Amino acid sequence: MFKDNIAGAVRALSANDNIAKHRATTVDRRNFLRLSAGTGAGLVIGAYLPAASPTPAAAAPGSAGDAVFNPFVTITPANKVIVLSKHLDKGQGTATGLATLVAEELDADWSQMVAEFAPANAAVYKNFQFGVQGTGGSTAMANSFEQYRKAGAAAKAMLVAAAAQSWKVEPSKITVAKGVVTDGKNKATFGELAAAAAKMPVPENPMLKDAKDFVYIGKSFPRLDQKAKVAAAPVFTQDIQLPGMRVAVIARSPKFGGKPTAVDAAKAKAVKGVSDVVTIPGGVAVVAASTWAAIKGRDALQVTWDDEAAEKRGTAELIAEYQALADKPGLSVRKDGDAAKAIAGAKTVIEAEFVFPFLAHAPMEPLNAILAFKDGKATIWSGSQLQTVDQAVASAILGIKPEDVAVKTQWAGGSFGRRAVYNSDYVAEIAHIVKALGTDQPVKLVWTREDDIKGGYYRPLYVHKVKVGLTADGGIAGWQHRIVGQSIMDGTAFAATSIKDGVDSTSVEGVHDTPYVIPNFEVELHSQKFGAPPLWWRSVGHTHTAYVMETLIDEIAVRTGKDPVSFRLSMLEKHPRHAAVLKLAAEKAGWGTPLAAGVSRGVAVHESFKSFVAQVAEVRIVDGQAKVDRVVCAVDCGLPINPDNIVAQVEGGIGYGLGAVLHSHITLTDGVVDQTNFGDYEVLRFNEMPKVEVHIVPSTEPPTGIGEPGVPPLGPAVANAIAGLTGQRIRQLPFAMHKLAAS
Amino acid sequence: MKLSINGRDIEVAADPDTPLLWVVRDELGLTGAKFGCGQALCGACTMYADDTPIRACVTPIESVAGQKITTPEGLEGRIAEAVRAAWEKHDVAQCGYCQPGQIMAAVALLNGKPVPTDADIDEAMTGNLCRCATYGRIRTAILTASETLKG
Repeated sequence: MFKDNIAGAVRALSANDNIAKHRATTVDRRNFLRLSAGTGAGLVIGAYLPAASPTPAAAAPGSAGDAVFNPFVTITPANKVIVLSKHLDKGQGTATGLATLVAEELDADWSQMVAEFAPANAAVYKNFQFGVQGTGGSTAMANSFEQYRKAGAAAKAMLVAAAAQSWKVEPSKITVAKGVVTDGKNKATFGELAAAAAKMPVPENPMLKDAKDFVYIGKSFPRLDQKAKVAAAPVFTQDIQLPGMRVAVIARSPKFGGKPTAVDAAKAKAVKGVSDVVTIPGGVAVVAASTWAAIKGRDALQVTWDDEAAEKRGTAELIAEYQALADKPGLSVRKDGDAAKAIAGAKTVIEAEFVFPFLAHAPMEPLNAILAFKDGKATIWSGSQLQTVDQAVASAILGIKPEDVAVKTQWAGGSFGRRAVYNSDYVAEIAHIVKALGTDQPVKLVWTREDDIKGGYYRPLYVHKVKVGLTADGGIAGWQHRIVGQSIMDGTAFAATSIKDGVDSTSVEGVHDTPYVIPNFEVELHSQKFGAPPLWWRSVGHTHTAYVMETLIDEIAVRTGKDPVSFRLSMLEKHPRHAAVLKLAAEKAGWGTPLAAGVSRGVAVHESFKSFVAQVAEVRIVDGQAKVDRVVCAVDCGLPINPDNIVAQVEGGIGYGLGAVLHSHITLTDGVVDQTNFGDYEVLRFNEMPKVEVHIVPSTEPPTGIGEPGVPPLGPAVANAIAGLTGQRIRQLPFAMHKLAAS
Repeated sequence: MKLSINGRDIEVAADPDTPLLWVVRDELGLTGAKFGCGQALCGACTMYADDTPIRACVTPIESVAGQKITTPEGLEGRIAEAVRAAWEKHDVAQCGYCQPGQIMAAVALLNGKPVPTDADIDEAMTGNLCRCATYGRIRTAILTASETLKG
């Protein structure tokens, strides 16, 4: 009785919630594998858009009358336009962005738009930059821009054709606006026309709108997931409860690479609710009727670990090793002229060594995934960021074909890179658990926060060693730059495209391709192995390279008596987009105007993921630490699709980057991670968030990334402001390691 | 034992030392309050016990017997409506996972201080983490809700 009431309350709360509503009714009703299976490779519209199935969607079992126009657009009899996002939305707003593209070309009304996630199917839903279905590298908008517009335009043409047939008028007499189709006399909604329209011929090359006719692109419409999230609706994997579902929590080796040799499960099994303890590669899983029972069961579990092959180094040893390596020549990444000679003959030489710590992503929703395996078919529920990789990994473990693994992508409570894993680490874990249990009932794997903080897949620790020689007039004579750290791409499926001649581009991006004019420039790399697996972390290599480049350029300007903005501009003559954001940020920040006593400005500009971002930070010193009051940001990410979402992503990137440079580091002692939770792995808190102003450069260039590019300039902008206050050039992060004193 | 949740009395089967969060999420199926840290460090699990925000992830159910528990699903009234409307107006949520807890904290703040200062907002909200760093919009939305409630 009470449970019914609660269920009723949840339903009432989410009554207006597109996500929850459609999730409840559509989870199983559309089988998009059918779509591609029916058409083979599919009739191709343009380069990107596979055609709809020739089978009328309305006839498909369980499709409840929905009209499937193509793999991206479905229109329901209730007049909703469902846009299937091939990309995960983990907060970055991609699902809304892709729906915007469809709404634009379809001339839909925003109130009828619904965002859902596409199933796993690389043939139909691959990321054109990855080759697999996946989200990352701030590529979602860039690689979907034409595809989703064409999907909307094709659906619109089919709606018009259906109306023309029904009303016996020429299609050219029909107009569509805000979800209404009319010839001036007759009028119909999309929902009314959808069933007939979906049977119309699929146009091979639907006309796309001219930019001057855009009604959605370039304007800000609210996120389609906002209402459900505000209503606390169950949209996350963590919230899914399936009949018969159990929960698994895993005991993993305290040292990376340790293996369980002996397991005493007696005490764990004595915990009420614990049903099974199973050993899987890399750990021992406790399976229970509830999450708390699984956690308690794991606490009670006794495992002996074999550390023979485990990583036993701590970060202190690792840093010392990297520092020693940085004194030796590495793999050449770039060599212009003779840097050593130029530096030897220079008037002034700056030598700088930087140390960047391991960082955990720590998304608010701890990692999780649900897997059910019955009658040779598996289903995964997960905030899946590499759907077809997760599918392939699970299928290999379960011994079935990839197409027999359905991936039901859920809204993810953050990721920052952690849910896109080349080896699908936590999906592999749940597949191993279900396989070991031999159950046909679903099991949810839950990572605790401690598992997340201690679990590896970190932004790798990096050391940079740089020597810069300056000429008598303060110009750069030569620049020698060595980078030491783990390669993120080594050993992954992305190695082929990311590693060339032994150089992982993500280790050096932002240095070797600097826009600044540097004569006699040498960049070298030492790629190292370490037991803690590395992973991309919001803005990847730019997390450290932008810091090194932008603090050094700043230091050179200051030491040679030049204005940091003017000095940069003087070296960016061939890079107008860098220069434009730098000028705009400086202007909006009042660069050069007086500040209150004790406040200093710092600036940085950096390109990442083909977007250009400049930031000016205003900083004070409070109790020996940096307090950032304000950040003024200018961004050029090509044609802005949803300006407010661009602003939101940059605000978020600034907060994410600021928390890291102020506080965050993962350290290890004798191979064991020292941090456990948000108490010792500190991130940005509410009272530390600066005022952020974001200015978007108008552009008609193709849209580029925005999820990540707000992060890289933040650290150096703040560091440069600190140097202005204290004279300290901070070269080991986070800032919390240093006592700052205003000079 | 018996709990009062969102205005209803209910008998739960869990042991008395079980954290309230897991009873509410796993046993009652109310998933609005989130699991974020399990150590009262992030605020994602915020509920009220007699109108006071608590961290349900470290609150054994035996300690709240006899108190009125409110979860995000049961949060209602004028202030809650104003806060939710302000959240939507400013498109606050990104990933959204922390937002039920943020909204619980914001409503509690406005309940005690209808016109909060920036310092009041800092104090009320600093225990609630948001990794998407929507903090600026949360502040704006709280001020908007406060304005709405004045009128």
